[in-house]
This record gives sequence, structure tokens and C-alpha cells, in this order.
Amino acid sequence: MTVNQSHVRSAAIQERRLPLYFTRNIRSYLVLLFLAVLFLTPFYWMITTALKTEAQLFQIPPAWIPNPLAWENFTQVFKEVPFARFILNSSFLVTINVAGQVFATTMVAYGFSRFQFPGRDVLFVILLATLMIPKQVVLVPQFILFAKLGWVNTYLPLILPAFGGSPFLIFMVRQYMMSIPIDLDEAAMIDGASRWQILWRIIFPISIPILVLVVVFTFVDVWNDFMGPLIYLNDPLKFTVSLGLSFFQGAKETSWQLLMAAALMAMLPPIILFLIAQRRLLGGIAAAGIKG
Amino acid sequence: MTSKALSNPLKRWRTMSPKRRQEIVGGYLFISPWLIGFLLFIAGPVLMSFFVSFTRWNIVGDPRWVGLRNYERIFTVDKDFIQALKVTFRYSIVYLPVTTVLGLGTALALNAKVKGVGIFRSFFYMPYMAPQIAATLVWMWMLNPRYGLINTMLGWIGIEGPNWLHDPSTAIYGLMLVGLWGVGRSAVIYLAGLQNIPQHLYDAAEVDGANSWQRLRHVTLPMLSPTIFYVVVIELIGVFQTFTASFVATGGGPLKSTFFYMLYIYTKAWESLRMGYASALAWILTIIILLITMLILKSSPMWVHYEAEKK
Repeated sequence: MTVNQSHVRSAAIQERRLPLYFTRNIRSYLVLLFLAVLFLTPFYWMITTALKTEAQLFQIPPAWIPNPLAWENFTQVFKEVPFARFILNSSFLVTINVAGQVFATTMVAYGFSRFQFPGRDVLFVILLATLMIPKQVVLVPQFILFAKLGWVNTYLPLILPAFGGSPFLIFMVRQYMMSIPIDLDEAAMIDGASRWQILWRIIFPISIPILVLVVVFTFVDVWNDFMGPLIYLNDPLKFTVSLGLSFFQGAKETSWQLLMAAALMAMLPPIILFLIAQRRLLGGIAAAGIKG
Repeated sequence: MTSKALSNPLKRWRTMSPKRRQEIVGGYLFISPWLIGFLLFIAGPVLMSFFVSFTRWNIVGDPRWVGLRNYERIFTVDKDFIQALKVTFRYSIVYLPVTTVLGLGTALALNAKVKGVGIFRSFFYMPYMAPQIAATLVWMWMLNPRYGLINTMLGWIGIEGPNWLHDPSTAIYGLMLVGLWGVGRSAVIYLAGLQNIPQHLYDAAEVDGANSWQRLRHVTLPMLSPTIFYVVVIELIGVFQTFTASFVATGGGPLKSTFFYMLYIYTKAWESLRMGYASALAWILTIIILLITMLILKSSPMWVHYEAEKK
């Protein structure tokens, strides 16, 4: 598409360029600051509420900085619900899912990127096609399957699928492995290494940058998952943090200071992880978005 | 691969070198975790779901074949189905354009070549990382009619804020805010698209005297249209699966004004234990998503500009 052809003397642009640069930057910062306030205010509101006493909660106008700071809200959460247990349950699920996902995606991606076998390309297209399957179609029959196996109220339905690898993550790792020179594999093969050894001793260490993303994505997905635990778990002692939070909300409709304290604690792990891995993560998301 | 060899794979297998056989077996072994998972957790369930949608089944007993009766009921007498569709469509029609404009706007702001822009990018993305349920709780409190921050701020400029989640006419917009808070994710994808636009196009436009609006209209948007297309499709699929916020904050109310389609599937399957009916609902939703996606795909030549096609 071509640009509008109206001609303006280039001298006019030249003349304006220097002051234009500064005003433009100030404008950029103002816009960014305005957006930052919009995005961050809910966080701020959550944090201050989490530090208010019940009396301060219903004060009009609301206090921006609560005085005194009610730190005891955080310990109170642990007394009202088995929140420590929820954290433990979530951590357990996250650990197993991450292990399963890293193992499966590495192995499957290696299979797709390094082996020549009939049906490979068709299967890879099927793998990509499964990305399009809406989850509601699979949810009901999966539940029937796991219910018939007697796995309701166990962690198995929330763990087992990870050991098959997620199609999106397999795709991502496979793309990465395609960029690793095949000479490395061949040299190792000449030295008598088996494919299994090549994968775990050579390809795996080189793939760590992309596997970090697998870990982060899986961690966040499992930690934040709400519907899975909601459908499969009914014993409150087995609840995850997300599910426990809704359970807590149902029981404590009006204790917003406690609910906000709990919500804050539920948000911290994925957000901290995000802040640590953000450079690589945002790059990865962008790349996946463009290529996907 | 010749057609003769294909027609007799067994014979072909016998004439293969051991090394080639090893390669084939190895390949399948390495991809077996996915293959087994796919057959067990995806392909099997999808086929089964199709079958189940023609039955009456409460999981405990045996499924009873009812033919098309589930579909018939849904399309003729089911008022909840109509309501769920209405709510989901009403939400999408407002949410999709708003999230696209906001996402693009945020991405344009982030595309400024100024120092410290990376910190802002992280700020904007952060809400998307929060568990949906925690984000929903935050917004429930933000939108509290009496003590919430939103109505407090509206009060400053002399507006008496609505009852938000407790009012059937505003509840859906309250829930929309939870979704919009996560707009940073599409902004980051747009940003990557923006950074792929070659600088020389802007330089050329500037030489031609295009102002910033014209540059946006005639360079940025056309060049970004494939990315916009991708994000809109992703958002669309996501919108039709909206569940957590309505389940937690409103339970579909007040007066079913936030009774999303996914919530309906959930109540049918897990509260009434009507697996057959829920499966039929799920298939109908899938077909709807498919149709709309195809519609967008069909319309794409009108507004999506692929650089590769021109060359």
C-alpha cells in the first residue's frame, strides 16, 4: 500500500526535527505513565486493602495508605482456611507437571526434529491441528473417562496429560531443535553414542534456553488453572490455591481484607516468576505469536 | 516414496536395511508420549463426545441413545441456550473491538523508542500472569458499589456509580474489566509485529509528507494486519470460553445477565450431570466458533495485507 502522495517541503521537516524529538518523548512518557497507572491501580488497591483492618475497610473516603498496617491479615488467612495446604498442593502439582512436561516435550520434539519416518509430517500437522480444538469439547468426555477410571478426587487427571506434552510447547521446542546443527548429532553417533544419549547429553543442555520457557509456561498454567481442579477435586484438603481462593470467597463474602491478602499471595508466585524470566518470556511469546 | 512401495508396506519393511528400520522404530518411540496422550486424552474424548451428544447419560448408569433429541431440545425449547448465546455474543461484540483498540494502543505506546520502556512492558503484562480467580476477586472489590475504588473515583467527578455486578444492565461490563486488565498479552504480540515493520517504510512516508495519523493508517495498520488477524482469532476463541470470572463473581446473575455459554455447559455437566446434553452444547459452540473463524478468514483478503503475496 502506498502512502498519500501530498508533497511537503522536506525543509519544513528538517527544521522541526529537533524540538519534535523532545515533545514526542515527553508525550511517550506521559502516555506510558498514564497506562501504567491504569494497569497498576488494581494491584495497589489489592495491596492496601490487604493491609487494612475491618474498620478501615468501610471508611469513606477510603484511605490510600492504611494506618496502622494490619499485617495480621496475612496470618489470619492461614487460620481461616488451610491455605498452607493449598500452597503445598499447588506446589506438588506444579513440580510434577513441570517434570512431565519438560521430559515429554524434549523427547517428542527430538523425535519430530531428528528422525525420518513415514507419517511424521502428517502427525506433526495433526499435532498443530490439536491447538485449534476448543477445550469445552474435550472437557466433558475427559471427565467421563477419568470418572469411569475412578480418578475423581485424585490428582491423576491433573497430572497425567502433562506426560504427553502440550502441543504448543512441543512445537516451540521442535522449532528450536531444528536450529541446532545436525553435525553435533552425527559426530556423537560416530563416537558410538545412542540416540537416547545424544538427546540427553548433547541436545538437552543446548535446548535449556527454550526449556526455561517450557518450565515457566507450565508453572503458570498449572498454578493458575481453575477449571481443572474445580471439576476433579471435591475434598477441600486437596484444593489448589486457585480453587481454595474461590472456596474462601464463598465462605467469607465480606472479609475483603482477608480475601485480598489471599489473592495477593496467590498472585505472587506466577508474577515473581514472570519478573525473573520476563525478557526471555516476552520475546518467546512474541515470536510464538508471530509464527503461530 | 513410490506408490508401489506404499501399497505394500510390509514388503517394503522386509527389504529395508536394519538401520532404516531402527530409525523408524526410534522415531515412533520418541514421539510416543505425545502419540499416546493424543489418542487417549484428545482423539478418544473428541470421538466419544460426539457419540455422547446423542445420548442421555448421567455418568452413573449406562448411556441411553436418544438420537437427535438433545439437539432438537436445544434448538426448540431451551431458553437457557438462547440466553447463554445472547450473553456470550453481547459480550464479544463489545469486548473484541475494545480489546483490539486497547491492545493496539498499548502496543503503540510501548513501541516508543525511549529509555525504560521495558519496565512499562512488564507492568502491562503482569496482570495477565495473575490467576484469573485472583484478578476476579480484585475487580469484585474494585467494583464494590459503596466502598470500591471505581465508584469512589466516579464520585470525585460527581457521578454516582452504578451497582456494577449487582445490576443486570452493568454486570457484564464489570466482568469485561477483568478481561481487559489482561490486554497486555495481546499488546506484547502486537508490539512484536510493530517492531517487524521495516523502518524504511516510515522514512519513505515521512519524505512523502505523511503526518503521524497517515503513517498509522497507511503504513502501520496494513503492515500489522496479519498480526491483528491472528490476535483477533485467539481472542475470539478465548471469549467464547469465558468462565472463571462469571462463575466466581456473579454465578451467571443477576437475572442471568452474565450467564455465559461455558457456564451453561458447566452447570449442565457438573451440576445436573447431563453429560449428553452438555456434549451437544459443546459441539454447537464449537461449530459456532468455527463458523465465525471462517467468516473472519473469508473476510481477511479485504483487510489483511500479506507482504509475501505482493512479491
